[in-house]
Amino acid sequence: PPRSAPPATRRAPPPPPALGPRAVCGACFCAAFEAEVLHTVVAGRLLPPGAVVAVGASGGKDSTVLAHVLQVLAPRLGISLRLVAVDEGIGGYRDAALAAVRRQAARWELPLTVVAYADLFGGWTMDAVARSTAGSGRSRACCTFCGVLRRRALEEGARLVGATHIVTGHNADDMAETVLMNFLRGDAARLARGGGLGSPGEGGALPRCRPLQLASQKEVVLYAHFRRLDYFSEECVYAPEAFRGHARHLLKLLEAARPSAVLDLVHSAERLALAPAARPPAPGACALLDGLNRGRPRLAIGKGRRGLDEAGPPRDGEPERAPAPEAVPAF
Amino acid sequence: MCQVGEDYAEPASEEPPPRQPGREQKCVKCKEGLPVVVIRAGDAFCRDCFKAFYIHKFRAVLGKNRLIFPGEKVLLAWSGGPSSSSMVWQVLEGLSRESAKRLRFVPGIVCIDEGAACGLSPEARAKTLAEMKLILQTVGFPWHVVALEEVFDLPPSVLRCFAQEPVETEGAYKAAVDSFLQQQHVLGAEGAGDSPSLAQGEEQLSWPCTQDPQNPQSPDRPPTAAQTEALSRLFDSVKTLTAKEELLQALRTHLILHVARTHGYSKVMTGDSCTRLAIKLMTSLALGRGAFLAWDTGFSDERHGDVVVVRPMREHTLKEVAFYNHLFAVPSVFTPALDTKAPEKASIHRLMEAFMLRLQDQFPSTVSTVYRTSEKLVKAPRDGCAASPPGPRCLLCMCALDIDTAGLCLPSPGCSEEGIGEWVLGFSSPLVPSAPLYLQTVPRLLGLRLPCICPRRSPPPHRPLHPAVLQGWGGCRAAVGGPGPVRGAALLSQGGPPSLRHRAAVLRLPREHEGLALPGPPATLHLGRGPAPQPEGLHRAADPGVPG
Repeated sequence: PPRSAPPATRRAPPPPPALGPRAVCGACFCAAFEAEVLHTVVAGRLLPPGAVVAVGASGGKDSTVLAHVLQVLAPRLGISLRLVAVDEGIGGYRDAALAAVRRQAARWELPLTVVAYADLFGGWTMDAVARSTAGSGRSRACCTFCGVLRRRALEEGARLVGATHIVTGHNADDMAETVLMNFLRGDAARLARGGGLGSPGEGGALPRCRPLQLASQKEVVLYAHFRRLDYFSEECVYAPEAFRGHARHLLKLLEAARPSAVLDLVHSAERLALAPAARPPAPGACALLDGLNRGRPRLAIGKGRRGLDEAGPPRDGEPERAPAPEAVPAF
Repeated sequence: MCQVGEDYAEPASEEPPPRQPGREQKCVKCKEGLPVVVIRAGDAFCRDCFKAFYIHKFRAVLGKNRLIFPGEKVLLAWSGGPSSSSMVWQVLEGLSRESAKRLRFVPGIVCIDEGAACGLSPEARAKTLAEMKLILQTVGFPWHVVALEEVFDLPPSVLRCFAQEPVETEGAYKAAVDSFLQQQHVLGAEGAGDSPSLAQGEEQLSWPCTQDPQNPQSPDRPPTAAQTEALSRLFDSVKTLTAKEELLQALRTHLILHVARTHGYSKVMTGDSCTRLAIKLMTSLALGRGAFLAWDTGFSDERHGDVVVVRPMREHTLKEVAFYNHLFAVPSVFTPALDTKAPEKASIHRLMEAFMLRLQDQFPSTVSTVYRTSEKLVKAPRDGCAASPPGPRCLLCMCALDIDTAGLCLPSPGCSEEGIGEWVLGFSSPLVPSAPLYLQTVPRLLGLRLPCICPRRSPPPHRPLHPAVLQGWGGCRAAVGGPGPVRGAALLSQGGPPSLRHRAAVLRLPREHEGLALPGPPATLHLGRGPAPQPEGLHRAADPGVPG
């Protein structure tokens, strides 16, 4: 799947859609960006004063920008920050990203906690999950696992540091891709759940929000460029298999044809009206781990998808057309 | 997967190559006939079973929704394309069956000639019309051919949403059917042996004689050159293909509504197939219409109140339609559309269509998956409170506004015209000088002081929204949600662009009205990213109470 282009060069970059066709210099852009995030948080009452905020830090551009902006705004909002990084156990990828997070933590002087799948989930690293779910001719679906497990891991990490809220760096492009993807895959459960600026925290979970949700990816990249932030920009080794790539490709096409498409999709997602609980909720970490431990990793995934396949009854010798994997952002 | 039928030159009875070597080559349903078509993955049907399957689906969709009452007048919207042609054919055949299973409504056909919007020459249009009339005469229902130019004649009452009784209960439907059957029985079995296309023996079905299918408006009068010119100008002034497409749909809908109301039709059937609706859902999503998906793609669309639009073909895929039409010689007429031969990236609609069809190749259940999800969408009132009075509605698509009108303020002087983006008309767009009168009249009568949604970077000055007092046009008052002072916000197109934080919206007024041919300067409805333009001509507004 295509990834975002590296930041532009010396001359004033084209103004991101958010500001309209006015030209701004780097400093004004950054100030406007920070004001935007502040407005989002304040208007949505996302992070009340006194909140201890766990920032999901992956080392990538979104969480780096998020942490930086929140640090700038922290005095005004009256919040304190803790960095929580998740180690999924993906060799050759996560270790390098974690190094970036550690550098950032040192630079910002923020406490950093790393939680590892291997510790939390009985030794299951993502590489082990990928090996387990690799089937004959089937796609691996490891992204589905990773997303759900990361959400749980972030929750655990946040509790460890005594946080009251969790924030993640999802930007508008992420949200737009998610809604496209959920429709294409018929994931009514996730459609019904997602969309707003954050979840209040069902069933005892900590409240989560996404302060960058209205910022487009271009803006995030530009902000990181102007503030000279150090982040890790390679994609996960499993990403090429993810279904999200199709949604991302579509989003890029739509954006090229009509720049407002990204925010229009976010707007659409916020206003979807689905029949209440027509489907059971998306399987959680426990269900997935259960399947893994029993040696039947597709147990929890397969159930949710079966009714949607129109491939007809499986025939002998024909590989079952399994649901394509997705990279679900953990939120 | 579907080698059968790819080559249309082959006769239908030719045996397809087997899906797997050594596989039995028989219809999966009856196990006897030779299969001629593959539906879904691996289900090969013979000709008769396919026909039964297709017809059954059509009737099942109508039957399970129970919205079409016996004896009701239903207008079939026919574009000439394969899906709507198939729909017309199904209705034709359905009406001719033996009485127990006969379809029970009274059909008419409407056909909109959109040639002017698509840039067709008068000769091409005439040729197409001739072909269409041939088919219409064969079908035999009362028909109405209307040129798109007639939008310029529409009265503003087209945009009224007549409050309607809630959908009849199950009991009422059953009672209606029972009483209808009883009446039929009393009249005797006259209709059973008649010619297949007519049920003239039954007095309840008050059809006009099919030899004279013209409506009193004499559709043979072609549109004037000036009207055609005006329509061309309207479409030329809309910059993007996406916006043109949305504008065309809005105007087409208004016109069909008008025909339906004028001739007493309470239902309109459109031929949207499963494939088209899946694409439409994704397109609407990308255009910001997430709040209205259930109306845009569901079986019934009752946003107009008295006329309900239904989509009986929504479970038929385009592939099934194409095969059926080919195998059973359903006539259709090809007309170029607005985006015929347009490059793939020309509009959101084209992009989405190409993407979905490509993805469908790779994941054959894509279309049906999207369709199944669309069935789970509900028509939720905006704030979840059904009892509250209906809010303001969009001028063009007639849906209740989904933008947050709470933070609206009045336009401040000195707003510049910068930052006007290109917007799809479904949400906003510049309606240029040549906009149809009915679209201009409503704003003029209502939109005195216009609200401005300030861009997200500069918080709105928070002046209270000043209600504009209606100057006596009851219909428009209903159009914006009930009696009483009307908010100018009602006129804003619905919030396709996201929340109020992102856009500025201003409705400008025409300086004067000169009549149909050349309406005055712009009644512009646009949303831009920057601050709102200074509205002009407001001093001519009749409402003295508006702050300057």
